[in-house]
Amino acid sequence: MDLQTVWFILIGILFTGFFLLEGFDYGVGILLLFLGKDDIDRRLIINSIGPVWDGNEVWLITAGAAMFAAFANWYATMFSGFYLALVLMLLALIVRGIAFEFRSKDERPAWRTLWDWMIFVGSLVPALLWGVAFANVVRGVPIDAEMQYVGGFWNLLNPYALLAGLAAVSAFALHGATFLGLKTKDELLERAEKAAAWLWLPTVVLVLAAMIAGIFATDIFSQRGALLWVVAAAAFVALLAAGWFIRARRHGWAFIMSSLTIALTCITVALGLYPRLMVSSLNPEWNLTIYNASSSEYTLRVMGIIVLIFLPIVLLYQGWSYWVFRKRIGREDELEY
Amino acid sequence: MDALIVSRLQFATTTVYHFFFVPLTLGLSILVAIMETWYVRTGDEVYKKMTKFWGKLFLINFAMGVVTGLVQEFQFGMNWSEYSRFVGDVFGAPLALDALVAFFLESTFLGIWIFGWDRVPKAVHAGAMWAVAFGAHVSALWIVVANSFMHEPVGYVLREGRAEMVDFWALAANPHVWQQYPHIVLAGATTAGMFVLGISAYHLAKKSSGREVWRRSFMIAAVTALTGSVLVGVVGHSQGQHMFKTQPMKMAAAEAHWETEQPADLSLFTISDEEARREVFAIKLPAMMSLLTCNNLTCEIPGINEIQAEYEQTYGPGNYIPPVTLVFWSFRVMVFAGLAMIAVASVAVFLALKKWLDRYPRLLLLLVWMIPLPYLANTGGWLLTEVGRQPWIVFGLMRTEAGVSVSVSGGMAIFSLVAFVLLYGAAMAAAVYLLSKYGRKGVPGESETESPSDESESALAAAN
Repeated sequence: MDLQTVWFILIGILFTGFFLLEGFDYGVGILLLFLGKDDIDRRLIINSIGPVWDGNEVWLITAGAAMFAAFANWYATMFSGFYLALVLMLLALIVRGIAFEFRSKDERPAWRTLWDWMIFVGSLVPALLWGVAFANVVRGVPIDAEMQYVGGFWNLLNPYALLAGLAAVSAFALHGATFLGLKTKDELLERAEKAAAWLWLPTVVLVLAAMIAGIFATDIFSQRGALLWVVAAAAFVALLAAGWFIRARRHGWAFIMSSLTIALTCITVALGLYPRLMVSSLNPEWNLTIYNASSSEYTLRVMGIIVLIFLPIVLLYQGWSYWVFRKRIGREDELEY
Repeated sequence: MDALIVSRLQFATTTVYHFFFVPLTLGLSILVAIMETWYVRTGDEVYKKMTKFWGKLFLINFAMGVVTGLVQEFQFGMNWSEYSRFVGDVFGAPLALDALVAFFLESTFLGIWIFGWDRVPKAVHAGAMWAVAFGAHVSALWIVVANSFMHEPVGYVLREGRAEMVDFWALAANPHVWQQYPHIVLAGATTAGMFVLGISAYHLAKKSSGREVWRRSFMIAAVTALTGSVLVGVVGHSQGQHMFKTQPMKMAAAEAHWETEQPADLSLFTISDEEARREVFAIKLPAMMSLLTCNNLTCEIPGINEIQAEYEQTYGPGNYIPPVTLVFWSFRVMVFAGLAMIAVASVAVFLALKKWLDRYPRLLLLLVWMIPLPYLANTGGWLLTEVGRQPWIVFGLMRTEAGVSVSVSGGMAIFSLVAFVLLYGAAMAAAVYLLSKYGRKGVPGESETESPSDESESALAAAN
């Protein structure tokens, strides 16, 4: 396996980790207004992800920085090409981050309601935009011979990408609901269970629709032969299983299945994309690939060694932090946020 | 409008704004960690209250640093795509290391610190704050490593139209890093010192409850601010000498030193005519620039116009002069704010040593108004370093206009600039509101019975 492929896999792991972890943060944020009937409910919901959301977001920062280090042309083309979409995403992530920290530091209901809405919008917008962004990456966008994006902002909002965006929102909301199923108790838990059950069918429909649309709108299903179809089917089966476990009130399994749905979907996209990084809709010659976008062998090797040393350490202490905060939280607990 | 100028404005605005929060995060993380360590070791509840009080302010500040840091991470690709393509091989590595080694550590352990008061043993909890402090300082190091490449490129070769890394250790050992990094760490300590000093002084002057919390905080802060501000000046002096050798144009612009002189005078106040490339009016100390630069009173220091002529020889025709007036005044704001902090911190240490913390409430209240000083110095220093680098985005290798994104239009850049400025303005208002609310609020559950007399103070000091 060449170094470029190793880095493709590493960045794939980083994005998968990001969607897996931040996915339920987005979902919890989206559900906040619907499940939190009073202030304490809302605080409980926010506190369920309180200790971990920031660490989860670092997966994105690391993925972005890894793109810069390993495939600078990818980082440059995608981030400058998707400029306005990224500005919207950054604005959303900024208000969301501040909202978590500031919301409960003032008692006035108007202050808290304002920040609750910020958490909702700040979770919904990135969830939608990530679906839109990756759908466009695989569908293909106008990239010229100089690796420059030459489409506009509206070009990104095609029906397939919007469908994928909605599927992402729905899947993350479901993932958030199964996460709350693990972290809450009593009445809030019942509401989280109901939300998960309610969200399941729309998610199945949207994910299936996005997959079928993907067969026509992209070429990823013709890339890896049977392997890709098996992984995609497994993602869908995991989603179906999630529905069964939600109804059976098996919280742990429901969460594992919604996690598998997201992870396997990421792997499907990665398998279909490889060895490309961005598809050019103008000319296949102008695709960004792991070879024409790559850093030098030296940089890939040095950075690869560093990542292989530190990523397991990160997993270890992040895992420990999940262990520390493994308990369900309820109205009797002292809340920090 | 031109995407170049808007992108520059946006980078400057978002970076300066981000750097409002970074130095306090650096310095305060260590102070809070020290306070909590003392609490763990002595069991003294006063230290716990200190930890909680300053910890809360730390968190508000930290959140702002995190969210504005997100923009920094993405902005190179968004607005400076050609720069990113050119340097990615070198510059991406320290950024990735930063995220991997530092951000994960900071964010995960801060989560444990905020939510783990009753869930992990005390020593582990204090350790979590040390991990945050360590992460913050490691993060600053990698950012400085990346940034230093823009000022003093090392460890690379030019191949296929881009800079490629050939020596990772040379990149990390860049002399520019080891000039900048101590300066920034010490500036962080000074910022935290002045911040804690101002708020503690406020509570001492207002006779807020929990006097012992404020007294000890005042002591720690005064010592930190004095040590930090003196050392930051010492390091800064060495930096100036280094800059003179490696980026003489920046140094000449920082002194508005238009013509070569031997010996060179030091300007206190200069009005320049940047169009005509000459000085209009100046007040100068004779031969002092030679002294500061080469440690003697006689050396020759090339002026802006001579360096410009030299650069035209080396790099071809063009304007190699940064905006002199802005660089000159940024430098002076930094230095004067720094000197003022040394003076203020000396007074504070003097008051603390004399145990006069109850004697001059008005003087103490004045310390609150000294909190902006480190922010002025930090911003001035940042502008000096980065504006003084112009017209280069990577010194000697790439000019700023060559680095801007091709696919981002002026209109798109204006949209984002306006959006960021509006959001940052609102966020700043919210943050300042909360910081002053909690800064003023004081500590919970403190009995009012403590006598504010000097006897009890010395008794406590003796007891410790």
